[in-house]
Amino acid sequence: MAPREILKIENLTTYFYTWAGVVKAVDGISLDVREGETLGLVGESGSGKSVTALSILRIVPMPGRIIGGKIIYKGENLLEKTEDEMQQIRGKEIAYISQDPATSLNPVFSIADQLTEVIRRHQNVTKEEALKKAIELFRLVEIADPEIKIWNYPHQLSGGMKQRIAIARALSCQPNLLLADEPTTNLDVTIQAQILELMKNLKKLGMSMILITHDMGVVAGVADRINVMYAGRVCEVASTKTIFRNPVHPYSRALLEAVSHVTVKRVQPKIIPGAIPNLISPPSGCRFHPRCDFAAAECAAVVPQLVEIEPEHYVACIRAKEFMENVKEVKL
Amino acid sequence: MSAEIILEVKNLVKHYPLTSRGIFLKKEVGVVHAVDNVSFSVRKGETFGLVGESGCGKTSTARAILYLDPPTSGEIYFEGQEIGRIFKSKNHQDLLKLRRKMQYVFQNPYASLDPRMTVADIIMEPFVIHKHVPKEKWHNRLYELLELVGLEEYHAERYPHEFSGGQRQRICIARALAVEPKLLIADEPVASLDVSVRAQILNLLQELQQKFGITYLYISHDLSTVRHICHRVAVMYLGKFVEIAETSELFNSPLHPYTQALLSAIPVPDPENKRSRIVLPGEVPSPINPPKGCRFHPRCIYAKKHNCVENVPELVDVGKGHWVACNKVKR
Repeated sequence: MAPREILKIENLTTYFYTWAGVVKAVDGISLDVREGETLGLVGESGSGKSVTALSILRIVPMPGRIIGGKIIYKGENLLEKTEDEMQQIRGKEIAYISQDPATSLNPVFSIADQLTEVIRRHQNVTKEEALKKAIELFRLVEIADPEIKIWNYPHQLSGGMKQRIAIARALSCQPNLLLADEPTTNLDVTIQAQILELMKNLKKLGMSMILITHDMGVVAGVADRINVMYAGRVCEVASTKTIFRNPVHPYSRALLEAVSHVTVKRVQPKIIPGAIPNLISPPSGCRFHPRCDFAAAECAAVVPQLVEIEPEHYVACIRAKEFMENVKEVKL
Repeated sequence: MSAEIILEVKNLVKHYPLTSRGIFLKKEVGVVHAVDNVSFSVRKGETFGLVGESGCGKTSTARAILYLDPPTSGEIYFEGQEIGRIFKSKNHQDLLKLRRKMQYVFQNPYASLDPRMTVADIIMEPFVIHKHVPKEKWHNRLYELLELVGLEEYHAERYPHEFSGGQRQRICIARALAVEPKLLIADEPVASLDVSVRAQILNLLQELQQKFGITYLYISHDLSTVRHICHRVAVMYLGKFVEIAETSELFNSPLHPYTQALLSAIPVPDPENKRSRIVLPGEVPSPINPPKGCRFHPRCIYAKKHNCVENVPELVDVGKGHWVACNKVKR
């Protein structure tokens, strides 16, 4: 039996209507998250990772709008829900950790206020009980002296500490799905190591997670499956091991080869020529074709669809079959 | 590699005063020990890396070397000349000559380019200041520089906002190269760029070094790029150097517990790599009131054994140009 899906996105399209033109930030992506798994969403900045997460919660900022598609969470389409129903889902069912912990906390309220607010909003508890719960959460995310720290204001805490609190707040109502948007990007490596260790432990709580990141090292350690995105579309979906061992899409390969490595000495990282395209007028056909080493004439004309080339391995590339036949292991 | 030393820093100290609030009565209430007694030398033609977490004093060191923020004390020798004297003498001509030899590429290419100047204005401004290129050759030189960093001639008339981060960083590099410097300080040149663009800029820096023999002081918190580009690396913690070594030596056999933790903390892009990660407890202490003894002792597992609370470790040569400041290694 196939594992149950907790979230299924079909053909999600989110556009931003700016003065300069329509930015096609997310252009028809489909993905699914299974129960208890961590799905990594990987891509460079501007590839639509964060907009996907914001779309799931329906909090896309103006002038963005969700144009079409379906977001099916536990059998129900989130895009058909009313605003009131969405508020019941946000924070309780699906929680979000934003990229920048410093700006996601309100500077004029103490941490205790901000944590108990979420707990009291979704659970029928008294103030004292909420506070007790908040302190327990502090223990869960391994903050020392929770009884004292909880009365601090955000400016009294360091970046790593704020990120822990953001995680604690996201976990406060035991969500079924956690959207973590670059949770470690702004942190130093030693603090990043602490947070990643914490996230690994949280996986044991059994919730599903979408981990958004551009750091291949971070996904390698945490994610079960990976979704590679480029310019608003999904290029490749497979298990973490497959993506790292047998990537098929030229963009996934290029992305892996561009990563400079600590464990290997002074190898020239491969360059992806050019830059990410402008999403107001993206390239026709496959959006990666102007930067692709293997682009054929059709690549500019045909939009490639995600095709299952082997069990559990989907690729959106018209030459995928060809690449499959002569896959070389990517040398790491 | 020639052992000729281009830059030598001796006992560099940079303290920033902390003042109390108030307009008329500013009182000094404390001191931020940004850089404390740092000594090192950079050889001609090499890339010297300066690594550490945010707030450890990497940028303060670089800024003090160029006298952007004059150091509190210490001596800096550039090509054998004590440069502090030149900066203090305020002789404009000598100063310009010195500035021409040392250039800086800033961390954030979004903030270091004037939004109201075209690329041509930005890159030709050094010609106006230093007058080292005759006026009729300005445009030729401009196009040469643009080509060198991989930009096109038609980019010259554009404004910075029309460029992506990677292209902006190329403009910054072109501007720094306009005066043909001998030393280029690159302060996290790729930190704000995407991975695919990162590789482009790093390769460009290496190419330029091979072509012109420029010496780099490369500052970064990202150890993987450091491994890729640097010949020698110094690791900083709370304003002090804890370890200096050749790149391969440092990565293969780090001796200081902090370096070991730092190296093990980097996530490896390989799902099957089950390296044991050393997770350091706690966070970097405040540089206003740094810990006594070894500054790393509150987070170090060996601290109790060697009484690091009292013993201040000195940088010691352990052979092969590998220097470590740790009480554990000394014994």
